[in-house]
Amino acid sequence: MKKQLTCIECPNGCVLTAEVKNGRLLTVEGYQCPKGETYAKEEIESPRRTVTSTVRTEGLGIKWVPVRTNRPIPKASIGAAMQAIQRVRLTHPVRVGDVVVANLLSLGIDVVATRNSE
Amino acid sequence: MKNNTVQHDCIIVGGGPAGMAAALEAAAQGVKDILLLERDQYLGGILNQCIHTGFGLHQFQADLTGPEFSARYIQRLHETPQIRVSLQTFVVRLTPDKILTCIKPGRMLTLAAKALILCTGCRERTREMIPIPGTRPAGVFPAGLAQKLINMEGLLPGKEVVVIGSGDIGLIMARRFSLEGARVRAVIEILPQSRGLARNVVQCLEDFDIPLYLQHRVACLYGRQRVEKVKVVRVDDSLRDLPGTAFFLPCDTVLVSVGLIPENELIEMAGVPLDPRTNTPVSPGINQTSFPGLFVSGNAFRIYDLVDSVVRDSACAGRQAAEYLRGLGT
Amino acid sequence: MKKTYDVIIIGGGVVGTSIARELSRFTLSVALLEKEAELAFGVSKSNSGIIHPGTQNPPFSLKGRLCVEGNRLMRTWARELGVHFVEVGECILIFEEKERAALLQIKADAESLGVPGLRLVDRAWLRDHEPNVNPEALAALYAPSAGIISPYRLVYDLAENAVRNGAEIFLEQKVVSLRKENNLFWVGTESGESFQSRFLINAAGLFADEVARLAGIHDITIRPRKGEEYLLDKKRENLTRHLLFPLPTKTSKGILVIKTADGNPMVGPTARPTDDKEDLATTDQGLQEVLAAVQKMVPSIRREDIIAYFAGLRPVAGDDFILRHEHGVPGMIQAAGMQSPGLTAAPAVARCVCSLLAKNGLALRRKWFFHRHRKAARHLFTLPLGQAGKLIRRHPPYGDIVCRCEMVSAQEVRDAVHRGARTLDGIKFRTRAQAGRCHGGFCTTRIMKILAAELNLPPEKISKRGPGSEIVMADRDTGVFEAKDQHEE
Repeated sequence: MKKQLTCIECPNGCVLTAEVKNGRLLTVEGYQCPKGETYAKEEIESPRRTVTSTVRTEGLGIKWVPVRTNRPIPKASIGAAMQAIQRVRLTHPVRVGDVVVANLLSLGIDVVATRNSE
Repeated sequence: MKNNTVQHDCIIVGGGPAGMAAALEAAAQGVKDILLLERDQYLGGILNQCIHTGFGLHQFQADLTGPEFSARYIQRLHETPQIRVSLQTFVVRLTPDKILTCIKPGRMLTLAAKALILCTGCRERTREMIPIPGTRPAGVFPAGLAQKLINMEGLLPGKEVVVIGSGDIGLIMARRFSLEGARVRAVIEILPQSRGLARNVVQCLEDFDIPLYLQHRVACLYGRQRVEKVKVVRVDDSLRDLPGTAFFLPCDTVLVSVGLIPENELIEMAGVPLDPRTNTPVSPGINQTSFPGLFVSGNAFRIYDLVDSVVRDSACAGRQAAEYLRGLGT
Repeated sequence: MKKTYDVIIIGGGVVGTSIARELSRFTLSVALLEKEAELAFGVSKSNSGIIHPGTQNPPFSLKGRLCVEGNRLMRTWARELGVHFVEVGECILIFEEKERAALLQIKADAESLGVPGLRLVDRAWLRDHEPNVNPEALAALYAPSAGIISPYRLVYDLAENAVRNGAEIFLEQKVVSLRKENNLFWVGTESGESFQSRFLINAAGLFADEVARLAGIHDITIRPRKGEEYLLDKKRENLTRHLLFPLPTKTSKGILVIKTADGNPMVGPTARPTDDKEDLATTDQGLQEVLAAVQKMVPSIRREDIIAYFAGLRPVAGDDFILRHEHGVPGMIQAAGMQSPGLTAAPAVARCVCSLLAKNGLALRRKWFFHRHRKAARHLFTLPLGQAGKLIRRHPPYGDIVCRCEMVSAQEVRDAVHRGARTLDGIKFRTRAQAGRCHGGFCTTRIMKILAAELNLPPEKISKRGPGSEIVMADRDTGVFEAKDQHEE
């Protein structure tokens, strides 16, 4: 089965044509860089996204600190990840890159701050 | 010049990515006395509220969020002693000879710039500019304002959302609302294709099964106190309404994402000729205005899709300012 | 025991607040009830802000007489209250010779009402004094006494001055019942409160007929007539030097080019009857109609100049104002049907109401001291730079800019709250913050925070114009949103 994808790795947005069989990627065309090929394989076999949100602080310089997952997480886990992030209260100052939630949903992926809290 | 005027070699107005990049490049080119003015209490400008990824792929070969991208510049700024930063400083007046009047809490100051770079960014086009007829209830937001409310203030504007226009901010906000549990009913775009990047259509709309109505327009807004619904009509290739195609979408929130306008009211005040169509300076070359030593960069010069391009071109403004100062013998 | 007021005024628009201020000169207890969250949120907020000279009124009409008198009084009132009033003058334009007779008739009618300084001017005069006007305009009737004022700021300042002089104002008090017992009016409101008074004034604008009906009066019917107005960018402030009118039609003064107290020129209004007293929608047709009409007078007006628009409803009750003592309900005064020139006439209407009250048994004794003057609010954008600098040095928060388009500081927003603003629109009308080209895109969050802090409310309670128009629906933290899992397969 042929499937069309738009690569989201960069603003070029290459249109990829993938040959898929039983949920597996066989071949892919249309990419301009190796990222496109990797993207197609992941998007077909186990799609993942980086999640960004904010977490509440108490008594810190800014009221909400922006955060992200340090690697993409499975798409199916996004809802649960949002809930886990929503529950966090930051009471200690953080800097860019500091872990805010370790091992999110036991995925082996951390949620990290993307801005200094002060 | 009045004697209480403080002169600087290079003054940069605006501490967003454009202003920071221009300042750093001017310093790298040997300018010794640079003053960066920022209205807000923080550097970073609009990047502070752009908490999503997609920044820095060209500049840093990394997929950064807005605050991460700006943190790298802020860090470098702090390591550059030639650059002084003045926060909470609002420029109220600019004269043709590059004299700036600024106010900050408790103080009004007059500054003179040998070279001046305006990095004042842009504002969103509003519902009033389209214009969309109907009532004027609460619940109608420029997409960027909704972004600020959610990401900076932790407030949720609403639960049932229609997005007018498929600009990148509108697409990003469609995803943000969905992640917060709101229902995004549709994105309505009058053109035959999305205005935003293809990647944003995929990861912001398709991921969340949000329909994108191309060649449709919102013809009317309804609701007394709070918006209640919108009327959507299909248009033909010349943007005329197609009869019999109208339908209604109930909603409590409408986001407007129909383009950006460069903010150039300061240079306009100084008499710099602007192109009324784009609100950008009539310019002999990139980042230039018809006034020597007065430069404009970033989204104030032209609307960019990517912050990576903003900082690339703003560095060029910093270089031009340095060159201009060398020409003056500074 | 419940307080018995001498007078209750129903309606907090320009008519109601003018009456409140005028009554506050006397040793009376006065209460004003307004159904909205703030004053001036009904008819008055969508007024054009024109202080008419008295032209375009039927020669023997009540509204014509009150308009001319109001125009005269408004100057004193504006000075006392510190409201910005500018006498800009108006020109009623004609384009064809055959219209000249009608123009002369307007002049004769206006002169019989005592309108001062009227003059017919020709094409050459127009070229010199109004350079952007269509060169095809043949002649105009020039009325120098026409002026402009900010209608909502006038209402707020009237109210503030009335309160200073002892009047009481109650907001969000929609009157739902009226009863007369033992020579007292009992006024019940939707919120369950009741007020009592010896005299009652109906200044309820669009809803004056409904208030009258509560008192058993059935001969007043308000038929709203909608007007759409379009505001142009402040960059076009010098588009015209005068107010420009076409020849009036039977139902309205026509579609005008208006100078406003805030600087933004305004074009409109349309005039269309509607049955719905809350129909404030603008339309595509309205825009077309307005543009076509004003481009005939000033060809350089472009659609791109428009930065804002709104619709208002004129409270029309027949051809003239209704201003009378209700003999069937002794003690009740009707001040209804105050469509144009209601704003201009308001001070004269207020005086007239006082004499009606006096004639019908209310003793008016002047207070030994009436606070005639009001300390004007500070507006950074109206000050010369030197003065602004001094103010900022003395009070640092005036240097903390909230609204960049209109240059409004945090302290001005706080001042507005202290003077009664409760909503974002209330802030906008008082300070102009959010009224510029970005429409609050940059400053809304900051203003919400100031309102929340000053009023000690959570931000989700801050509204655009009162209950039901809250800006946000939840705090993310305590939010009502369930994080739905949209990705479950």
